[in-house]
Amino acid sequence: MFTSAVAGLAVATFAASFVEFVEALTIVLAMGMTRSWKSAWVGTVTALLALVVFTAAAGYALANWLPESALQLVVGTLLLIFGLQWLRKAVLRSSGRKALHDEAEEFREQTEAARRAGRESRFGLDWFAFVVSFKGVFLEGVEVVFIVITFGLNAKNMPVAIIGAAAAGIVVLVIGAVAHGPLTRVPENTLKYGVGLLLASFGLYWAVEGLGILTDGGNSIEWPGGDWMLLVLIAAWLLLSRALISALRRPARPAVTAPVARATEEV
Amino acid sequence: MAFVRGFFAFWYDFIIGDDWKIALAVVLALGAGAVAVLAGYAASALLAPLVALAVLVAFTIALVVDVRASS
Repeated sequence: MFTSAVAGLAVATFAASFVEFVEALTIVLAMGMTRSWKSAWVGTVTALLALVVFTAAAGYALANWLPESALQLVVGTLLLIFGLQWLRKAVLRSSGRKALHDEAEEFREQTEAARRAGRESRFGLDWFAFVVSFKGVFLEGVEVVFIVITFGLNAKNMPVAIIGAAAAGIVVLVIGAVAHGPLTRVPENTLKYGVGLLLASFGLYWAVEGLGILTDGGNSIEWPGGDWMLLVLIAAWLLLSRALISALRRPARPAVTAPVARATEEV
Repeated sequence: MAFVRGFFAFWYDFIIGDDWKIALAVVLALGAGAVAVLAGYAASALLAPLVALAVLVAFTIALVVDVRASS
């Protein structure tokens, strides 16, 4: 049945996976456009195959060997660290202490690195383009796998979580094919801030539940209020991040007037 | 050897990321929660909120240390 909870799960998984896929696409495009499309695509397909093997092995191990609370502790802690890394960047960017993430800039850096790298051919492939594409897609893909596992199992609806992530992958591929360039118009900084809040909240919720692995029965720790505490955690991270942005905000530099700027240039 | 180095570098980059202090903050706060569970407070209704508070405080400290060190 299509409920608001199902819609929320689909949107959360879609948004979180979308950001990861955009980053992977930027890397693959940079390698394809500057080095070799064939090597970039072989790297991408190899990474996707490796992801399938990784997901199957991890899924089997998690389902058969690990108690639920151990799964919550491991995956929750990883997701909490990912989420807080994103939140850290969002706070630093919003307070003016770090440049806003710009997919065009990221694309420019990747293409420059690709042009500087030497030519090494292995198995008929441009090895640099293959390795960079493989690493980019695998790294972002593993994050998507963890996001799907956490959101899906938490909502007890793995199919919707998988559909949300798969839809994000298809949408990014289609937009990338149409735009034939990096997705510069995606409001990535805002998306990452929102996704960071979600990952930090779900990760914290799960990691704390998972501490129950240390009890005699190995049962998960109970949160007072159950799943409703997720909303409280999201609110808490939002309030803390807004407070940190205000506290750490850099005062704007006074604008340099045109004559002064010209004089400086002449010197 | 290069493969092993690359393998560990990949997972370090994946798990620790740009700022190791964030990972350390999470491990320390959850570690404090683990000590509380082992001390027999697992059934306390205060345990989960207090561990959450510890993670929020640890994140704040890690971020402030990071900003002070780079400014």
